[in-house]
Amino acid sequence: MNSVGEGCTDLKREYDQCFNRWFAEKFLKGDRSGDPCTEMFKKYQHCVQKAIKEKDIPIDGVEFMGPNKDKP
Amino acid sequence: MGRYFCNESELNCAWDRILSAFWQRYPNPFSTHVLTEDVLFREVTPDNCLLSRRLFTKTNLLPRWAERVFPSHLNRSVYIVEDSVVDPKAHTLTTHTLNVNHTRFMTVVERCVFHGVEERPSWTQIRREAWITSGVFGLSRPIQKFGLARFKSNQVKSMKGLEYALSKLHSESQPSRIHGDQDQDSPLPPATQKPQEYS
Repeated sequence: MNSVGEGCTDLKREYDQCFNRWFAEKFLKGDRSGDPCTEMFKKYQHCVQKAIKEKDIPIDGVEFMGPNKDKP
Repeated sequence: MGRYFCNESELNCAWDRILSAFWQRYPNPFSTHVLTEDVLFREVTPDNCLLSRRLFTKTNLLPRWAERVFPSHLNRSVYIVEDSVVDPKAHTLTTHTLNVNHTRFMTVVERCVFHGVEERPSWTQIRREAWITSGVFGLSRPIQKFGLARFKSNQVKSMKGLEYALSKLHSESQPSRIHGDQDQDSPLPPATQKPQEYS
């Protein structure tokens, strides 16, 4: 799958691979040892946030919607 | 006045397998309308829940009559934010999704809960709700009607896409069983109430 930032797709795929492995092998099994994907995520984010600003995607101000969110 | 949609279904698949597939469902043959996918935020809370935010770009295909009325919407994609909480103790994944552009034309808010049931560990329940509104004076009803139809069609694609991802990851997954849709042309539930129950 491609990233919204054309130059970020490789960074995204690298991060996704790391996350999917950690999620299935550690997180779901209750292993609370650290997240090995942090550095990869930072690089990916640096790229994707730049793309979001350049494309003027209006995500600022959208508060995180948790499970107890009131309905619209 | 808006439209409310609720659908409950079950997948013959354990919850944790569905979770892994959830993050890997794109691309799939049923998701050609999904153009990009990005993770913007991830955090594990002190009580070991996983919070995530994803951003999607999707195509915005409109019916002919809408293309004539809203020419500026042609060739413009829809940006969609999905926030999710995975609670591995409670075996729930709750997602909230909404579009962050084209909001005056139509807003679609979706809440989806994937719930693993302890007594039936090889099944996962899925409850999907949507609230569809339009702020366009004089056209909100046909826009909402179109929005509801598109949502239902995308919901079917979404489930097929998830099943496709599951079968790629785990060869022993089974087809889903849909209990049925309920949609209403009724005033939206007020913010303080729980959504209408489906029975």
